[in-house]
Amino acid sequence: MATGIHSVTDTRSQEFAHPQVQAAWKTLDCGFAPVAAVFEECLYEALTRFNQQQLAAYIDAARVIGKLGRGPEPLLAFLEEWPTVVASASGDQEPLLPQVMGAIRAMQKSPNSKAITPFLQTLAAVARRLQSVDQIGIYIDIALDLMVRTSVSIHGHHTTFPSPGLPHFFDLAPRLLGLLSTAGLKSWTDYGIRNYAHHPERQEEYFRLDSADSRAVLQRERHGTLFADVERQLDLYLRALWQDSQQLVPYSTAFDSQIKSVPYYDALGLRVPDVLDDDRGVSGLDRYRAVLAHMVGHRRWSKPQIADNWSPFQRMAVEFFEDCRIETLLIREFPGLRRIFLALHPKPVEGACDPVASSCLRHRLAMLSRALLDPDHAYVDVTLNAFVARFHAALGDGESSTNEIAQMALSYVTQTRRQSDQLAKVFFDDTVIDYRDDNRQLWRFIEQGDEEDAFDEERKLDRSDEIVGLPPRHYPEWDYQSVTFRPDWVSVYEGLHPSGNAAVIDQLLEKHAALAKQLKRLLELLKPQDKVRIRYQEEGSELDLDIALRSLIDYKSGSTPDPRINMSHRTDGRDITVMLLLDLSESLNSTVAGSQQTLLQLSQEAVSLVAWAMECLGDPYAIAGFHSNTRHDVRFHHIKGFSEEFDDSVKARLAALEAGFSTRMGAALRHAGHYLSHRKADKKILLLLTDGEPADIDVDDGQHLRADARKAVEELAATGVTTFCLSLDPKADEYVSEIFGRHWRVLDKPEHLPQVLPMLYASLTA
Amino acid sequence: MSNKDQYLIKTEPFYQAQGNEVTLYEAAYHAKLPVMVKGPTGCGKSRFIEYMAWKLQKPLITVACNEDMTASDLVGRYLLDANGTRWLDGPLTTAARIGAICYLDEIVEARQDTTVVIHPLTDHRRVLPLDKKGELIEAHPDFQLVISYNPGYQSLMKDLKQSTKQRFTAFDFDYPTAELEAQIITQETGTDAALAARLVKIAQTARNLKGHGLDEGISTRLIVYAATLIRRGVAAPDACRMAMVRPITDDADIRSTLDHAIDAVFA
Ligand SMILES: Nc1ncnc2c1ncn2[C@@H]1O[C@H](COP(=O)(O)OP(=O)(O)OP(=O)(O)O)[C@@H](O)[C@H]1O
Ligand SMILES: [Mg+2]
Repeated sequence: MATGIHSVTDTRSQEFAHPQVQAAWKTLDCGFAPVAAVFEECLYEALTRFNQQQLAAYIDAARVIGKLGRGPEPLLAFLEEWPTVVASASGDQEPLLPQVMGAIRAMQKSPNSKAITPFLQTLAAVARRLQSVDQIGIYIDIALDLMVRTSVSIHGHHTTFPSPGLPHFFDLAPRLLGLLSTAGLKSWTDYGIRNYAHHPERQEEYFRLDSADSRAVLQRERHGTLFADVERQLDLYLRALWQDSQQLVPYSTAFDSQIKSVPYYDALGLRVPDVLDDDRGVSGLDRYRAVLAHMVGHRRWSKPQIADNWSPFQRMAVEFFEDCRIETLLIREFPGLRRIFLALHPKPVEGACDPVASSCLRHRLAMLSRALLDPDHAYVDVTLNAFVARFHAALGDGESSTNEIAQMALSYVTQTRRQSDQLAKVFFDDTVIDYRDDNRQLWRFIEQGDEEDAFDEERKLDRSDEIVGLPPRHYPEWDYQSVTFRPDWVSVYEGLHPSGNAAVIDQLLEKHAALAKQLKRLLELLKPQDKVRIRYQEEGSELDLDIALRSLIDYKSGSTPDPRINMSHRTDGRDITVMLLLDLSESLNSTVAGSQQTLLQLSQEAVSLVAWAMECLGDPYAIAGFHSNTRHDVRFHHIKGFSEEFDDSVKARLAALEAGFSTRMGAALRHAGHYLSHRKADKKILLLLTDGEPADIDVDDGQHLRADARKAVEELAATGVTTFCLSLDPKADEYVSEIFGRHWRVLDKPEHLPQVLPMLYASLTA
Repeated sequence: MSNKDQYLIKTEPFYQAQGNEVTLYEAAYHAKLPVMVKGPTGCGKSRFIEYMAWKLQKPLITVACNEDMTASDLVGRYLLDANGTRWLDGPLTTAARIGAICYLDEIVEARQDTTVVIHPLTDHRRVLPLDKKGELIEAHPDFQLVISYNPGYQSLMKDLKQSTKQRFTAFDFDYPTAELEAQIITQETGTDAALAARLVKIAQTARNLKGHGLDEGISTRLIVYAATLIRRGVAAPDACRMAMVRPITDDADIRSTLDHAIDAVFA
């Protein structure tokens, strides 16, 4: 602390005992009391790190910062943090200081001087993350770029407004850099700038990490192995190696950095972190596998124990022993697991914990745990080795049991008990085994209150089992401006379309009996011709008499006969599968000019007819409809499945068609494509019937959903699905080719739809 | 008679019975009943029939069916020679004449109109009409028809007609239990029991994925291949990848999962 503080109003005249501190204080020329209070301490710190020259530069910079007119905060932050910043950047102040001062000047000159304090306050934490001058330089560049691109001067005003996002960016920077590389930080920042440069509130939300897309983009840019990227592999792993098909549920590790979550499982699934970095020579994927294997072990071999009888110490010991028992059994099944477990399991150092000063039970148990799994553990403790032997004897060739192992754990606690185990200060080094779950399934509590809780919990689980609809599927959406996908942007809920009266559809078909007859003739031509004869075959199913005679004559007359005297047959197949996707948005309810019918009714007739036609041709087909009410709620209604007949239940659904809401086309196309892509067929067709362009109430920029739909069509094409659009919008020409390329037709007279749609289908597949 | 001899199995094939199928087969044979063996690929169906033919000391004629195969490929056809055309018996006709066991492997692969030519041979008449030749052959008393089929790949397109299915007695084969399968591998290849058990373990992980991205798991045949490679000095994990994983899938996620299983089995 500062010595000899007099209660002075002007701190400039303050005296310090240390001559160098005194000299520096003079140079600083600072009148802030809070600065005076910590100055001496800061200087001592600086003196141990800096040489003369560096110290002078430090004080000069501080002097500039003190005179910015922004109060004592920026100066305090600088004086206190700077030595740490320099230390993190391997002691090299020279290239760093000018950059930082440059950034400060830039903020001071623009209307962003308010951001200087947060910038300096988090700089040390940022430097600790980045660890190099180059990386810190990149970070500063990202910040300045953000500042420049989001400080706006509004037309007609003479002032420029400060960047709304910048101070939040600085506040969050240390946390962000814990999750992202600087490259990731750059993409995340860019996304915010591009999308919200002109929306101050949404920009703030974005840079405070308060908006969904901000979090989604952060998630996408994170380093490490993302659960989302390996989910299928983990499902396969569980199934293939452990014959377990339990649901995997990721929990977020990005947003509650305070509580370090631990894997666990319950009735709803195995809970795993949403991202795992490569660590200790083990890939993120293998770390996930270790987590899953461990939980599988509990699920197979652990029996819950009554917790009430035991002290917390005893329970901790039981958990360590039981974890080792199931891991031993897992390793027995797949010996290669030992390598992964041991790589991840800490190696507590024997004697590292001082039993006089702290509680060592955790340390002892972690050592024992290591020794139980690692044949080369090299610990010398006699009791430890005795228990290792007991453990292996108990497992022998059998499985032992949770009960038996718990008894062993209790006797271990008794035998190694120390007074100091009770100390509040627990020795934690090398005792956390992060692939193990929290063991909540190992315990049952029978105390009154707990029992009720447990009952409640069970009831809750029951209810969630009853969920009727399917969980939503998430699809990305294309952002043409940033040329990237917005990950998991759209939620698609699917279900069976409600049913009405099937007879309505039969009546419609009857009404169009004449048209049906006409169609029938056309369809006959398309029907697979059962057999095609292939002549001139050396090997074939039948002798082709004409050719054979000719050859025979050739042969008898001494010339070389043509050996290709057989013929065979080939069935001419038609291998087409179709998904008919109907736009069911609100606009379908409008009545068609010059007709009594709505677009929806016309669609209904057309779909009935085309279904009948496809039925005649024998092409497998499905029918579905969609509409949307923002990206959070895209509905996908199944009307007919591929394996269903065109029977009364399908007709009943078709009869009940209803229109409402908007048209988020891309998500619906992707979802339909998802079904088609699983079909086996030479030709897969997605036939879209719509009356307008993609639109939704949460999107202002019309171009956005068009670009997304186009992207969806391209994605489908890449998986072998051909998309064709029949549009009822007379103005569709303006955009339809932009989305569908050459695969579209606009129907000017919607009243002709019932005739046109089946014909169109016939000609498309001829 | 030398014609018949060429189809005899000279030395005893190794066949590890999974149950009482040997006795049951003998009963069917003596009762002159046609037999169908069902089961996934490479699980020992062909080996079983071979073994039975040897045990019964009857000639065995095997036909691998394919979709280009026609009725004439089974029954026979006219060929051209210097004196005009000449009839040549197909394998089915030959078997019926000489009294062999005729094994039609993967019968579903053949077109349905081909399949029906076997019908008259399977009912009590046991005859084979050669329409083109105008001949009706009565099957030799020793003749037996055996078909195999793998219900695994049966798509909607490829299934046996009920009228065909209902002419056969049937054996349902599957991959043997782990112990039996390991024994088979040891016997077939001379590897030690521990290695065989590990190879079987890997095959079983893949079989758990049937229907989840794999149409078929790893067959006994592929395990035999892997064991053979290892016997010839190939490192076990490499042999497993080459003989057991690469052939069955192009799916990168599945490959990586099975590769991991291999590493997890060979510590
Ligand atoms: N029970 C068994 N006894 C001895 N060997 C067996 C047995 N089962 C499988 N094999 C081994 O597996 C290999 C493949 O068996 P086989 O050829 O009989 O399969 P399959 O069922 O006929 O397959 P596919 O349907 O592909 O024709 C055999 O060559 C043999 O090495
Ligand atoms: Mg076979």
